[in-house]
Amino acid sequence: MALNIWKYASPQTFFPLAGRMIPVFTVLAIVFAVVGLYIGFFVAPTDFQQGEVYRIIFIHVPAAWMSMFIYLVMAFWAGVGLTFNTRLSSMMAHALAPTGALMTFIALWTGSLWGKPTWGTWWVWDARLTSELILLFLYVGYMALAAAIDDVRRADKASAVLALVGVVNVPIIYFSVQWWNTLHQGASVNLTRAPSMAASMLTGMLLMALAFWMYSIAVSLLRVRAIIRERERDAAWLQDSA
Amino acid sequence: MTAGLRQALAAVTWRDLLLAVRLRTDVLTIVFFFAIVVSLFPLGVGADPVLLRALGPGVVWVAALLASMLALGRLFADDFADGTLEQLVLAGEPLPLLALAKVFAHWLATGLPLVLLSPLLGLEFGLDAAGLWVLATSLAIGTPVLSLIGAIGAALTLGVRGGGALTALLVLPLYVPALIFGAGAVVAAGQNMQFGGHLSVLGAMLFAAIALAPWAISAALRIALE
Repeated sequence: MALNIWKYASPQTFFPLAGRMIPVFTVLAIVFAVVGLYIGFFVAPTDFQQGEVYRIIFIHVPAAWMSMFIYLVMAFWAGVGLTFNTRLSSMMAHALAPTGALMTFIALWTGSLWGKPTWGTWWVWDARLTSELILLFLYVGYMALAAAIDDVRRADKASAVLALVGVVNVPIIYFSVQWWNTLHQGASVNLTRAPSMAASMLTGMLLMALAFWMYSIAVSLLRVRAIIRERERDAAWLQDSA
Repeated sequence: MTAGLRQALAAVTWRDLLLAVRLRTDVLTIVFFFAIVVSLFPLGVGADPVLLRALGPGVVWVAALLASMLALGRLFADDFADGTLEQLVLAGEPLPLLALAKVFAHWLATGLPLVLLSPLLGLEFGLDAAGLWVLATSLAIGTPVLSLIGAIGAALTLGVRGGGALTALLVLPLYVPALIFGAGAVVAAGQNMQFGGHLSVLGAMLFAAIALAPWAISAALRIALE
């Protein structure tokens, strides 16, 4: 039997598929998180420079990775929706945005919790912090534009254009902020840790990254199902299945 | 470029400039907004000349950002309301080029006055002659970038609830690179450092924006008019 992936481009067929996938990714997220946190808190050694404070990287680093990666995935689906006029792609882009914004916020929050004991300040205008903050603004702008337009199809397309403009701009913003920072202040703060990281630290971090990944998928699928329910509420198939 | 296209571009530019001259209070409001915002800062932070000289480049640039963002309201909204925009889309000439002509006229009306006024405002902050010159040059290269990027936001928010504040939310994060290199050039000039690199990067942004922004603007306009 040939697998026809295009079949699932329709909300009607994707809706039950997403419903079956959500428990799988939820369980995977919990398993990875439990193992990852166990390794992070009990197996990984105390850092000889930073002490116990460093353990926040098990949350911070995966969140920061996801915040950037989700923006790319969101822009990808937005672009697909704009090009091929597929409704589900635009719904997927909308479903990803709040999770991406949440990850950006967690990355900023945990970063500042880590910064206070380590650097002695909640916030520095470091290049990475600044570009992460601007990324949060881009997410918020995307969601605000999508929410402000009542016509669903126009909201899809307008926010897709914005997401694509954002993708072109993110590297420009990143490099300009980096240059700005090096011009203004010396290397007062260096984010790069010692290159040799204990294997258990790395394992814990990668497991947590997988946990965040699975969580993002599960939550986005849940949200895309909610969006489908909302938009297709008058469709006969949804009334039958509900 | 055919004669018809040339004619269309000239007509669009001329019409918008004529409108700007006839509705000159619109333009003057933005120019005075720029002047007032800049003049408020010494009142807020104190009149210490050393502090003012350090703050000057950033303050003038941020005020220019805000002024050029406020000006976006008059770029497409009136034409959208009275149907002119629809005629432009139906005109049969390439919409990205027509949009570029509109942005160009918009910049001549609202961006150029900011550039010309900036040396005067730089004096309030005690910038020296070289600093004033670099400030005006950086704004001359930078404000067209702001107009081009802003036009995308203006087109996306046409006829949308909460247009003004929403445009700010969409556009201001995208203004960051222009701000960094524009204000950075003036700061570098103030410290007797090389500022050519900053202006070159700003120029690169201008050319990239001229090449890419019109496509996004025309896509956004078509979506708004669907």
